[in-house]
Amino acid sequence: MLTFTLRRLLLAIPILLVISLVIFLLVDLAPGSPMAEIPLTVPPDVRQKMIEALGADQPVFVRYLLWLKQFFWIEPMTLYDGWFGTSIVEGQQRILSWQSRSPVFTIIGQRLPQTLIVVGTAYLVGIMIALPIGIYSAYRQYSFFDQVGTLFAMIGFSVPTFFSGTLLIIIFAVWLGWFPTKYDTMLEVTDWQSFLQQVKQMALPVMTLGLANAATISRYMRSSMLDNMTMDYVRTARAKGMDEKVVVLRHVLRNSLIPVVTVIALGIPSIFGGAIITENLFGVNGIGAALIGAIHANDLPMVQTLAFIFAVLIVLFNLIADILYGLLDPRIRYD
Amino acid sequence: MKLKTLLLGAAAAFALAPAAHAERGTDGEVKLTFPQAVSIMNPYLTGGTKDIYAASMVLEPLAGLTPEGVLIPKLVTEIPTKENGGISEDMTSITWKLLPDLKWSDGTAVTADDAVFTWQYCTDPAGGCSQATKYEGVASVEAVDASTIKVTFSGPKANPYTAFVSALAPLLQKKQFEACLGAAAPTCTDANNMPVGTGPFMVTGFTVNDTVQMAANPNYRDPAKPAFATAVIKGGGDAEGSARAVMETGEFDYAWNTQIPPETQESMKAAGKGEFVVAFGTLVERIEMNTTDPDPALPEGERATAKHPHPILSDIKVRTALSKAIDRSILVEVGYGAGGKPTCNVIPGPEGWASDNEGCIAQDMEGAKALLDEAGWKDSDGDGIRDKDGKKLHILYQTTVNPIRQDFQALIKDWWTELGVDVELKAIDPGVFFGGDPGSPDTFQKFYADVEMYANNSESPDPESYLGQYQCKNAPSPETQWQGENINRFCTPEYDALYATLATTTDIAARQEIAKKLNDMVTKDSMIVVPLVHRGTLSAHSNSLGGVQINAWDSEMWNAADWFRVK
Amino acid sequence: MTDASAARSKPASPLRDIWSQFRSHKGAVFGLCVLGFLIVAVLIGPWLWVPEKLTVAQAIKLKNQGPSFRFPLGTDQLGRDMLGRMLLAGRISLAVGMVAMTIAIVFGTLIGILAGYFRRLDGPLMRLADMFLALPLIPLLLVMVMLFRDRIASLIGPELGAFTLIVCAIGITSWMATSRIVRGEVLTLKEREYVIAARSIGVRPKRIILRHILPNVVSPVMVAATLGVADAIITESVLSFLGLGFPPDFPTWGRLLYDGLQYMQVYPERVVWPGLAISLTVLSVNYIGDGLRDALDPRIRGR
Repeated sequence: MLTFTLRRLLLAIPILLVISLVIFLLVDLAPGSPMAEIPLTVPPDVRQKMIEALGADQPVFVRYLLWLKQFFWIEPMTLYDGWFGTSIVEGQQRILSWQSRSPVFTIIGQRLPQTLIVVGTAYLVGIMIALPIGIYSAYRQYSFFDQVGTLFAMIGFSVPTFFSGTLLIIIFAVWLGWFPTKYDTMLEVTDWQSFLQQVKQMALPVMTLGLANAATISRYMRSSMLDNMTMDYVRTARAKGMDEKVVVLRHVLRNSLIPVVTVIALGIPSIFGGAIITENLFGVNGIGAALIGAIHANDLPMVQTLAFIFAVLIVLFNLIADILYGLLDPRIRYD
Repeated sequence: MKLKTLLLGAAAAFALAPAAHAERGTDGEVKLTFPQAVSIMNPYLTGGTKDIYAASMVLEPLAGLTPEGVLIPKLVTEIPTKENGGISEDMTSITWKLLPDLKWSDGTAVTADDAVFTWQYCTDPAGGCSQATKYEGVASVEAVDASTIKVTFSGPKANPYTAFVSALAPLLQKKQFEACLGAAAPTCTDANNMPVGTGPFMVTGFTVNDTVQMAANPNYRDPAKPAFATAVIKGGGDAEGSARAVMETGEFDYAWNTQIPPETQESMKAAGKGEFVVAFGTLVERIEMNTTDPDPALPEGERATAKHPHPILSDIKVRTALSKAIDRSILVEVGYGAGGKPTCNVIPGPEGWASDNEGCIAQDMEGAKALLDEAGWKDSDGDGIRDKDGKKLHILYQTTVNPIRQDFQALIKDWWTELGVDVELKAIDPGVFFGGDPGSPDTFQKFYADVEMYANNSESPDPESYLGQYQCKNAPSPETQWQGENINRFCTPEYDALYATLATTTDIAARQEIAKKLNDMVTKDSMIVVPLVHRGTLSAHSNSLGGVQINAWDSEMWNAADWFRVK
Repeated sequence: MTDASAARSKPASPLRDIWSQFRSHKGAVFGLCVLGFLIVAVLIGPWLWVPEKLTVAQAIKLKNQGPSFRFPLGTDQLGRDMLGRMLLAGRISLAVGMVAMTIAIVFGTLIGILAGYFRRLDGPLMRLADMFLALPLIPLLLVMVMLFRDRIASLIGPELGAFTLIVCAIGITSWMATSRIVRGEVLTLKEREYVIAARSIGVRPKRIILRHILPNVVSPVMVAATLGVADAIITESVLSFLGLGFPPDFPTWGRLLYDGLQYMQVYPERVVWPGLAISLTVLSVNYIGDGLRDALDPRIRGR
């Protein structure tokens, strides 16, 4: 297992380099320019000057190599300098966003906590709702509970978040007035009062996302449980007179978790990636909102860096999912 | 002008009487929300209106503009004119006198050197300054003494009020930006995000593309202002969400640019927490006619260039018919409600500059049909679509993705279909459409369609540079990498000649006459540009926010110092 | 009657067997009926329900009407009949949903099985999946559309071209989850006794996959398919929203939902109709999936 993990980690390096190049070319090739949001009143020659000042007129491979250097050398060293007070890369240009001219990593640092708190909570809430629903629905297949659960899940994923989010705003913010519609990112939790406020402002985005997450995961959980419920070993266990709770929660659940673990592990990078539409709707200044804003503004350094970090996380969590398979099902061998 | 300014100032002071007695920082916090978040607080490094408006609460120009489009002094004692000797007789220089004892928010004195530096900052060739046009034609800026700024032009300048005027060209502090000239400009993150200014507020916290936190400037020139102790601008979401946060939930005091359908405006007003305000500038939603042939069969490099005139739209009768078939009042009713008015002009304001041309307002379907018959477009095979010489009257009509524009497309398609025109619609992502990427076939400059719809405006009340767009030399073509503002490729020697006289005319009344003529040449005389709706910027403010005077010629926050809490 | 008795006397063909099991699943039959109804409605509906021809001026006076005898589902902000638009929209949305889902499922299952079964292919194929997961979707779609739209349009016309491009774009950007899940299943199945037994007596991989592996991965695939339909319908609306989808005068359910959003507070029915249509489609596909899974499971079928 260890050699497998190490080999996969080593192999990941060239793969990630290829992915970074593909992303770079893709974003570069996409139509649109960083000048898209500049008003029409700015004349063409001024636009040209602005593009030159951004360095966006350089050939694509020059910009790619510069980005590689900035990402793998200057940025880590800037962090190092910051920690130890050295000045190894002082004065060298960091990765700057074209849109805001701020260092990309400063922006990510500002935004990551928001995303982790809001999207992460929503994901946890989703899983916590989904697993029991999925397990119980499968255990009592076609019961009333199962039917209601199915309906709930179907609505959960057939309704896009731009719709459910707006609906929640109208019900809970406009009619009932319980929760705010805009997330206050400057709020610092210092006492009970501000904690309550934080919970309140998280309520709507977490509900919106949690519903969507719960819907997907509960369906996979239910279907996987159903598959295992009819297996011979279950019949054997029951025949042996085992406690029903042990049969379901020990034997069936453990074997049913394999596809569910994949779904959950594959979803974790999306926590870091944020939830584009929901973050935008509620004004949570997370990574997702940053990514979509950067894509719209053709902010190449920002898109490239975010997409690449995202790629690293995906590769990492796929590896984790693979290792978990091995732990959950000893029959799987990788060597 | 001076008298008018004084009167205006007096009127404003009178209107805001309750605020005038207030003390600085006694009204708590004012909360603003923008549908697009603020990226940077330095207007010279951005073109985004959101950034410029946010920065206007902190950075100030020497002179600003009132909602009527009249100049008012901000950091100077008076507006220089020929009469008071501020402008030289030959119109080649203008001299501004700074107010005495003016201080930056950090307590240091504002001097003429700061203005000289600002000019150097924006004109540095490596800096990529987005407001470079504001300093075009400026030969030098000198500090005559600590409080006197002399701007010298390279020739007689008909409109000398560009440099250091309006929220687009404010003063930067030399001390803060000294190390940020040229190529270093974007690297000065702290200065760009938290500039030191003279405005009523100063930045205390900035998160990129999210929130700007501000506090009252302790060194603001009026000791009683601003009434608010702190201000916050929260960005992101959409126009509807911003409007809702002010009008329905009351979380915010002011929402800029809340363009939402008229029906929703009505229902939000019913909540009774705030009101919508509209500023009419020169923004005109228009249909542009392509005078060149965008046929995909033509080789790349010749497609949509002056080499091949448009097979259908080169005929003025067709263009006129297409315009006549449109009922602009219905468009306004459906799309904008109180936020729009039907118009036939490219320059719909301010008064004095706008032509009285109203011939297009009434729809004339029969007249349009007669014109097409006259032009030889007849429905010879009875399929409901006109044809001529075996060619169908087919039009590709493109615009950006935007719910109101898609409604307009649907309506106009219906009218044109009634006329016997076969209309194909296309909607393009605005980032691509306005992006100007020469590699993309979908930019508005390339114009690979027969007609296209978007909105454009003049950034100053004087439309000289705006009208300059329609000169022959500004036509986009493969030779110019498809850059250029004359997207119709409109080209007549008469227009260019008349425009040249505008640049040298200094008398205001004469300039206005020429501008009207130029406006008519591209609209009613040629129907190259078919204006549809004069659009305002719709903003919302809560009932408890007093002193808001919406302004189309300068930042909407131009008088943020006068805002107060209604008690 | 004779048919049925004849069937009983013959050794039952697997297809017939599956069908009879499927029929006994109430939810599945309900799902099939609803989906059938929706398909029939959008196919022949536009001929049966022809909205009256109104000029713009007339239509505008009738804007934002509630449901009535004249307009069963009301009218929109331009006075267009919502029922007529819903029916037309359904054609595109259902077609896009089904075709794109099929592409994604077929592609995802194929890659998942190949990767799970053949160890040599596992690395490259899963890294390919990683790459697709990692690519930012919107620039990818923008580039695809920019590169291929005009070419496809000149080959098969703008509307069919848009359709092909959209289903392909959705298909090739949504197969990854299916393939990961299928691969995970195959990895465990491969080590089951019956597969090892089959392999040891020299059964060819192709036969093992078709007979032993494929039937056992049906159920996660069915879930993925259900999710896929909903996803495809919604993704199409996002594409239209970015100007990459169908021309703006082609309504789709996703777009009607999106357009209705602005009016949700004033005229809630405008989002209810398309929302209901999408939910019903997804619900019925889900029940059909449930029924199919039961019907395909030999252990249940035997009972």
